[in-house]
Amino acid sequence: MIYSLIGYYSLIIGLFISSFIFFFSIKNFRNNKIFDVKIVNFSFLQLFLVIVSFLGLILSFVYSDFSNETVFNNSHTTKPLFYKISGTWGNHEGSLLLWLFVLTLFICVFILKSKNQLKKYRILTILFQQIIIIGFFVFLLTSSNPFNYIFPTPNEGLGLNPILQDPALAIHPPILYLGYVGSSIIFSSVLSATVLKDVSKTWAIHIKNWVLTSWIFLTLGILLGSIWAYYELGWGGFWFWDPVENVSLMPWLALTTLLHCISVLEKRYTLQSWVIILSITTFTLSMCGTFLVRSGILNSVHTFANDPERGLFILIFLFILISISLFIFFVFHKSEKQNSILFSLLSKESSILINNWFMMYFLSVVLVGTVYPIFLQVISSEQISVGPPFYHKLIIPFLIPFLIFMAIGPKLKWIKSELDEKLNLLIFFLMSILMSYLITKKISTDFLINTMLIGSAFYLFLITTKDFFSKKIKNISQNLAHFGFSLLILSILFNNIFSREIITNLRVGEEFNNEKFQIEFSDLKKFEKKNYISFKGIFLITDQGVKNEFNPELRVYNQPNIITSEADIKTSFWTDKFITMNTLQNEEYFNIRYQVKPFMLWIWISVLLISLGGTLSLFKRRSL
Amino acid sequence: MYGRKVKFRFFFVILVLLTLILSVFLVLKALEENVVFFKSPSDVKFLGELKNKKIRIGGMVKQDSIEMSANELNFIITDFKNEINVSYSGVVPNLFSEGKGVVAEGYLKDRSFFQASKILAKHDENYMPPEVKAALEEN
Repeated sequence: MIYSLIGYYSLIIGLFISSFIFFFSIKNFRNNKIFDVKIVNFSFLQLFLVIVSFLGLILSFVYSDFSNETVFNNSHTTKPLFYKISGTWGNHEGSLLLWLFVLTLFICVFILKSKNQLKKYRILTILFQQIIIIGFFVFLLTSSNPFNYIFPTPNEGLGLNPILQDPALAIHPPILYLGYVGSSIIFSSVLSATVLKDVSKTWAIHIKNWVLTSWIFLTLGILLGSIWAYYELGWGGFWFWDPVENVSLMPWLALTTLLHCISVLEKRYTLQSWVIILSITTFTLSMCGTFLVRSGILNSVHTFANDPERGLFILIFLFILISISLFIFFVFHKSEKQNSILFSLLSKESSILINNWFMMYFLSVVLVGTVYPIFLQVISSEQISVGPPFYHKLIIPFLIPFLIFMAIGPKLKWIKSELDEKLNLLIFFLMSILMSYLITKKISTDFLINTMLIGSAFYLFLITTKDFFSKKIKNISQNLAHFGFSLLILSILFNNIFSREIITNLRVGEEFNNEKFQIEFSDLKKFEKKNYISFKGIFLITDQGVKNEFNPELRVYNQPNIITSEADIKTSFWTDKFITMNTLQNEEYFNIRYQVKPFMLWIWISVLLISLGGTLSLFKRRSL
Repeated sequence: MYGRKVKFRFFFVILVLLTLILSVFLVLKALEENVVFFKSPSDVKFLGELKNKKIRIGGMVKQDSIEMSANELNFIITDFKNEINVSYSGVVPNLFSEGKGVVAEGYLKDRSFFQASKILAKHDENYMPPEVKAALEEN
């Protein structure tokens, strides 16, 4: 009770502080010399208040204070403490408070980290960031207040959806939001740099750390979500082209492109327009992600509260931000002088430009696939869904040249260059095609496209591997990230091609047999747990002579009353074995799905390598 | 006639335009082929012609209609006006049960028989796919 009150009033005072900062920033902007220390103090005060408010919500959850509506809707006394805490941001209101927390945190970090920058630039960035912060304050206090009071106080809460009670998903939103919100700093900063006509090399060096940091967090956030979907949803896949996944992929694509562009700006002082547009795009997509997921427009795992008012608010807010940024872009930005458009065809900057075009293409495909169904439903009330084949068909063929460019591009030098080691590159290419042919010759479907895909992925793999041992290696972080990407594509392809699965319905005591597998459903055991009843199946599976015992589980949660199935996964270096068990009401049969998924572990490892590449680059810059 | 720079830029613009047109064309074509339409059993009844295209059918699982065997599951989807028989083998989501909302994806064999290749998972006992809700409200 008291925690909710403290949290609520902190939020209101925080909003007032915002207007102070806004006021002082404008006043201070005209003064050329002295940076008003009040702005710094008030920013930290604001951060403190938001932290207090956030802690207030966490404590309300910890002490199960059901007079708070958010706690009542999302918690339950029998829930383990860890999930009470993670329940704080597992819902709409709490996750917005988390957004706000990260926003205010980042502006304080920005103030500390940007001491060497121009005063006007700092103030203007703070000003733009405050606009976003005020938007979120107002949003929280009007339409999604996490501290709503209910009277009389209920005795028990409604509970958190059990599929969200999971360690990976508990830390997934904070990590993802660090990435999303990091892009807000890039957004504010690029706008103020544009206004001051200072999109320069020094600015690029300064902002690159922010781009890298958000990119790393966004990558890790997506990875966590994907791992969660893999073992919790029990479909055995790790990416479903679900709209909710797509909205996190889109900012990632834009941010990755921006990351490459920033290097060009830093080294060659060109592609400013690209950098500005991409920064704006990344943040807009991050906001859109929040909007689409939270407004209930997308029907998916994450959308519980369907409230049109909220969606409308974010939409208007987004519209204002986009208008401001477009206005600034067209009024203040004059396109650069003519040293840029005429790139030499063989140079690092043109290879990065090619990368940009590919990434933009991938981005538009994902955007169309995600938005088109919504659009069509609004204009014609025809209901459609766009499935994986759409994305595969449009993305896979372009992945082949993309991978090859990715292997060759980094070999080129800035300004103008010759392609060194032509013979080497050619030999490697033939080698990869041969290797890929040897692997794919057994498979019958889509032979050509698979061979070419695996071939080009091998090509990138071999070249980046070779570069690790090369003495001339200049950019180990870039090489590591590209190596990780080749490994990712290879793992996904092998995973796709060599997966096997059995789906069957069995009763307790029955057996399933074919030439390769023998599945014996020997027993079903019941356990009572704190907030659920667990049914564990005992399965003996003989797979190519190897016998394993599997214990997939069905959980019947008490609050809310939901049945979930927990997959049993045996992970090994090369292969995952995956079994899920589902039940039907009043039926003796259990629906069993057994899958053999090669290279699963390597998909996760390769994404970790990619983000490790980014991390290395971050530390390299700091030491400069 | 024209300088090298102008020519170069001209080709660049042409190239960009061509790529744009090509990608728009590809996207539209892929959309046309891969979009899955959602129908209710009543929609199916009044369908002009049956195309061999993947669709989704949503409604309620009729009471006492589920029949399960070792490799197949049969049930009836109803919107309380019209019904359709569904045959399916594959993973069944936990919340699939009689009297609850369901969305099945697959191919129509004829106007009253549907071969499903996927039954969509629901995650909440109160949750009803918006399409199903709309389809039920219409009737």
